[in-house]
Amino acid sequence: MNINTTKIISLLFFIFSAFYLYTAYQIQVFAFDENAPFNARTFPIYLGYAGLFFSGLKLILPDPNTIKVEHKSLEYKKTGILILIAIIYGATILKVGYFLTTSLFLFASYYFLGERRWILMFLLSFPFVAAFMYLLHGILDIYLRDPFLQSIGVMG
Amino acid sequence: MIEGILIGLTTALTFQNILMVMVGCFFGTIIGMLPGLGPMTAIALMIPITYGFDPATGLILMAGVYYGAVFGGSTSSILLNAPGVPGTVATSFDGYPMAQQGKAGKALAIAAWSSFAGGTLSAIYLLFMAPSLSKVSLSFRSPDYFALMILGLTAIAAFSSKGQFLKAMMMVVLGLMLASVGQDSLSDITRFTFNNMNLTDGISFVLVVMATFAMSEALTIILKRNDPTSAAKQVSLTELGSIKINKEERTKMYKTIPRSSVIGFLIGVLPGAGATIASFLAYGMERNVVSDEEKEKFGKGSVNGLSAPETANNAACSGSFVPMLTLGIPGSGTTAVMLGALLGFGVQPGPRLYMTNPEIFWSIIMSMYIGMVILLILNLPLIPYIARILAVPKNYLIPLILFFSVTGIYVMSFNNFDIYLMIGIAVVATFLRLYDFPMPPLILAFVLGGLMEENLRRSLLLSNGSWEFLWDRTLTACILATTILIVVWHIYKTFKKKN
Repeated sequence: MNINTTKIISLLFFIFSAFYLYTAYQIQVFAFDENAPFNARTFPIYLGYAGLFFSGLKLILPDPNTIKVEHKSLEYKKTGILILIAIIYGATILKVGYFLTTSLFLFASYYFLGERRWILMFLLSFPFVAAFMYLLHGILDIYLRDPFLQSIGVMG
Repeated sequence: MIEGILIGLTTALTFQNILMVMVGCFFGTIIGMLPGLGPMTAIALMIPITYGFDPATGLILMAGVYYGAVFGGSTSSILLNAPGVPGTVATSFDGYPMAQQGKAGKALAIAAWSSFAGGTLSAIYLLFMAPSLSKVSLSFRSPDYFALMILGLTAIAAFSSKGQFLKAMMMVVLGLMLASVGQDSLSDITRFTFNNMNLTDGISFVLVVMATFAMSEALTIILKRNDPTSAAKQVSLTELGSIKINKEERTKMYKTIPRSSVIGFLIGVLPGAGATIASFLAYGMERNVVSDEEKEKFGKGSVNGLSAPETANNAACSGSFVPMLTLGIPGSGTTAVMLGALLGFGVQPGPRLYMTNPEIFWSIIMSMYIGMVILLILNLPLIPYIARILAVPKNYLIPLILFFSVTGIYVMSFNNFDIYLMIGIAVVATFLRLYDFPMPPLILAFVLGGLMEENLRRSLLLSNGSWEFLWDRTLTACILATTILIVVWHIYKTFKKKN
């Protein structure tokens, strides 16, 4: 059997399905529902078996369309930084507020992706977010929580 | 029906809704022109904006984005030989050679008129077919619905990625597993939450769409060092040539458009099939029916060869609304996103939508036609200028896509956990995309998961736990037989390829 990344993913999915199936069997149902033709664990159990079936087939059947990925040509560093910035953005958005974190997130993302036109970077972050906030909050009446703008009295 | 059309027109022709169709078409055209970013990403990015609207307006906006994206894909196929969406690959076969002969303007005009005619004809087919099918589908029972959903998921897995049926089926199962997280709809028992309160209500549909499409596509572009905007920079405003279509070319189009629109619409109606299959089939059929002299021109700038796929892909877009509006079962990934958005609005599409929310049902159908007119106005004179707007560097484009994704989740839940979950799913989806695991089956399965469980529950309870319900009714048995045929055929093909 030819071991390639697709097979490894299939194996991981097989293990995941087995774990899912185990968890499905652990779902607590009401006593009167225990022997009912259908209860809260029935569908997940079928899904667990389906996952085992398809990933198992993928594992044992030949793979005529093997995908080869050139890892050396992939941009892991920038992608990783971007994910990290997004995580920091997610962690601070509630405490600091939408306007400041979003503007800083955009500015930092432009910078780490290699942009150095400072004026354009600024225009497409702070004023852009302000305009977008006005569209959502002011025109479409979609509530945006922003402790920072509230603390400086810009937002009610 | 006349009353319905009037209701639809009254809703669709309000200033706000016309504006939404225009915005949707414009935005969709831009996104559709970018290779790699398709209609699903465009619609997903629009979801946060639709929160502020009523369901009809929200859906009209998304429908406009859908047509715009397909139209936009045709433009990049013709001008750059870089199809923005898979449904416009066949357009490049004759569109690009025509552009190379200095007739880019003419090719764009043929594509625009063909799309307009295809979309218009299919909107008319939809007008007649949807209400009749709605009435027929009222006789459908839970086992039929369950079997139909299985067929839809199997079909999308079969058609979404060539030669990757098992991968697509794994994505279907993963989508259903994600949908099973949270409270059971009947007993309120929590499942797969691992005592995390944030998961009690389940995983949000918008979160999954944003993660698997918008965010994951943005990460894939960076990871693979692609630049979807680079091609747009090559478009020259001065070398497009005339957009006039002469009498001989018009005559050819008159014959091609009706037959291609029928093929496109019927393929669009089928679950899982869509604009891509419709355009290839229409191209193939057109090549078989034209004269030998015309056949020679195929692949070298044939008017028929360009008109056929363009008509069919737009007709398929309208066709794909039929199963969603009449059965509540989306036939494609794009309509699955729209169905999810409708459920978010508290509207349950299906046979009763026609009766309970006629303004939504009819306004979508009427807005399709209005969308076609707007696209024609947009496409012909403005395309070269829109193409220039695309020269926005990817350094700006990617952060903006991420920004829209996070904003979509933030305004929905005001919850850090959802943002982390979205990033996590996006990272996994990006990795899976690298190895050709298709995402549309996952989305369709996620949307259908709850409905599927509900119909299986009813079927099993009514048959007292027996699986005989699968073959008790002829309709259910036929649907199931088709599903089994698809599965067996694809597994057999895998064996055959190896041997």
